[in-house]
Amino acid sequence: MAKITFDGIEVEVPDGTTILNAARQIGGGIVPPAMCYYTPLKGSGGKCRACLVKVSAGSAKDPRPMPKLVASCITTVQDGMVVENTINQQVMDVRKGIVEMLLINHPLDCPVCDQAGECSLQDFAFEHGVSTTRYEEERRTFEKIDIGPLIQLHMTRCILCYRCVYTADQLTPERVHGVLGRGDASEIGTYIENIIDNEFSGNVIDVCPVGALTDKTFRFKQRVWFTKPVNAHRDCKTDKCNGRVTLWYKGKDVLRVTARKDEYGEVKEWICNECRFDKKETSDWVLEGPAHINRASVIAQNHYELPVVNPQVIQDLPESTTRELERNPPLRLGGLNN
Amino acid sequence: MGRKLLTEHINVEGINTFEVYRKHGGYRSVEKALKTMTPDEVVEEVKKSGLRGRGGAGFPTGMKWSFLAKPEGVPRYLVCNADESEPGTFKDRQLMSKLPHLLIEGMITGSYALGARTSYIYIRGELLYVLRILEKAIAEAYAAGFLGENILGSGYSLDLHVHPGAGAYICGEETALLESLEGKRGNPRNKPPFPAVQGLYARPTVVNNVETIAAVVPIINEGGDEYAKLGVGKSTGTKLISACGHLNKPGIYEIELGVPVEEFIYSDEYCGGIWKGRDLKAVVAGGSSVPILPKELILKTAAGENRLMTYESLSDGGFVTGTMLGSGGFIAMDETTCIVKNTWNFSRFYHHESCGQCSPCREGTGWMEKVLHRLEHGHGSMHDIDLLVSVAKQIEGNTICPLGEAAAWPVAAAVRHFRHEFEWHVTNPKEATAPGAAYRGAAVLA
Repeated sequence: MAKITFDGIEVEVPDGTTILNAARQIGGGIVPPAMCYYTPLKGSGGKCRACLVKVSAGSAKDPRPMPKLVASCITTVQDGMVVENTINQQVMDVRKGIVEMLLINHPLDCPVCDQAGECSLQDFAFEHGVSTTRYEEERRTFEKIDIGPLIQLHMTRCILCYRCVYTADQLTPERVHGVLGRGDASEIGTYIENIIDNEFSGNVIDVCPVGALTDKTFRFKQRVWFTKPVNAHRDCKTDKCNGRVTLWYKGKDVLRVTARKDEYGEVKEWICNECRFDKKETSDWVLEGPAHINRASVIAQNHYELPVVNPQVIQDLPESTTRELERNPPLRLGGLNN
Repeated sequence: MGRKLLTEHINVEGINTFEVYRKHGGYRSVEKALKTMTPDEVVEEVKKSGLRGRGGAGFPTGMKWSFLAKPEGVPRYLVCNADESEPGTFKDRQLMSKLPHLLIEGMITGSYALGARTSYIYIRGELLYVLRILEKAIAEAYAAGFLGENILGSGYSLDLHVHPGAGAYICGEETALLESLEGKRGNPRNKPPFPAVQGLYARPTVVNNVETIAAVVPIINEGGDEYAKLGVGKSTGTKLISACGHLNKPGIYEIELGVPVEEFIYSDEYCGGIWKGRDLKAVVAGGSSVPILPKELILKTAAGENRLMTYESLSDGGFVTGTMLGSGGFIAMDETTCIVKNTWNFSRFYHHESCGQCSPCREGTGWMEKVLHRLEHGHGSMHDIDLLVSVAKQIEGNTICPLGEAAAWPVAAAVRHFRHEFEWHVTNPKEATAPGAAYRGAAVLA
């Protein structure tokens, strides 16, 4: 175990934990933002530089400060380490600079972007950015490429976090897309036009921190904060898929299906494309109750929270009630416990 | 003329062949090391020599070698970084094409010291003709028994491979080089783990510059102590300087470290002064990524001492009034040079070569280039000059690899010392953008 001090708060974590994950154990506003790091994806992190922090004491043995800011998502803790995040002006200034860099070539088309409201870049910019830009040049654009009927690629919005690349590497038998080109001309692509199509390809939508990869079946249907998330499951026959998802309702319609995510936007369990794209009827699912969103983003606003129903309760319900539930789900769900 | 340890025989007819090279004392260091020394003794000699990395960073080579992790039963690698692509630096190309066996000899001795059984030379893709020269020389070394199984009956075996890059400056960064060598996209890795612990194929690896590895040969032949007698202070031995720009005699010079910069530029032994009888304006002393210095500061330090060609003297004054020896790419600019245009040109290079992995460098290098383009073409504002400094500062120190700094330093230094010239481009755009126009006012020295 290693004891570290993060923004003046002491926390004890197992050896090998990263600074970011140690901070997440403390939680709240001191947690550094992460645009590219994604816990379920091995090898991710270190790229966006949003999570840079100051290590003012390396360890108890060697209390010298680290000369440069370090990426907290890939730097492991040492016993006696002292880390400064929100209390360090340099860190805050650099973070502002990172927001600026990420935004200079971003189209800022949030009003028509499906990711708006649950976009990491939006949150990051809201928290750390400034409302004006010093960038006068034309923004970078890309030739549009079609990667199939299920996933929409908007390269102009991409921040090159590489998450979708790692996802394809680690989840699917064969990766057909990757990063092409270099520098600010780097882009996600398939080189020769190709369809990203395999049982788990839809997960790239969930891992994308911005609106670069979105669900074509949900495209322009609804702003995410107007939809109501409900946890549900089904007996999925796909290997490695547990069928535990979040359904996003508008009225009685399931508009989209996503994996369940934690407060940092990280998926808890990967889901297969059948669950994500093909099962959009309430009757396909066993509902568990409203999904609680504790992410600091627009999506957590503006829709009422319903009490979480114990899944056991649903299973114990008489069939007639379950049928009723399926016919008219989220609104009635809150009433059931009363 | 100082002693030449590396290039003494460079002009001998046929020195690129094994036979001639051997006749001129070639491969003695391999015989000496393999027959009379233990690997640790070789490392010890290199430590004693005070040799510092010749690729730019100047890290002590002996220390780097001793950091190499040596877990039992796990292969280790020596990788030669021959991806020389820094604008202004062209010493390794010459060394390899003229003296391929010197590099191979150094690779054998170095690999023996580190316990590597397979070693690689990662060569810049554009240098295809050098690759062929090296491959021919390697074949000769195999045939002569200096490579392959049981070298000289010592029981030590080594395989040496040359691998070409595909034309990316970033692959000169050691971890990007390793990625590329593994057949992946040449993106620099996050550190730690450092290559000494997890390098090529996640095995302990040392990556050294061509000239560093070549310098191991005279160190073993003459002994580390003898080598350390050359040079000044912690800058020992000789260094190849590739001098270019507005000089009477541009070219590659092997100098003993410690030669005064003034002597290097003006004496007939070296560069022979500035061409066409013009005055010197500025010098980039160690390849395009080190800070540019105006004439006054490159010849004398801020304290008024003579500036020497050493790691310490060139960096005297930090980045306020100093620069770096870097990789020895010495670019001299005469009074007709437009610093703004030159800075834009450098910036364009880094914009083109950024790998695009981390956000400050990917976005910042392009941004700087665009602002510099604007200034150079007379469309800039005073605000743009401060913007440049600010963007450079946002990149510096916040990136995965040193390319961010390499892109930011030249811009920051150019504005620091030649701010008047940038301002002149804003206030007198017509004059400044006229063909051949150059600002003749004084530089900012502190």
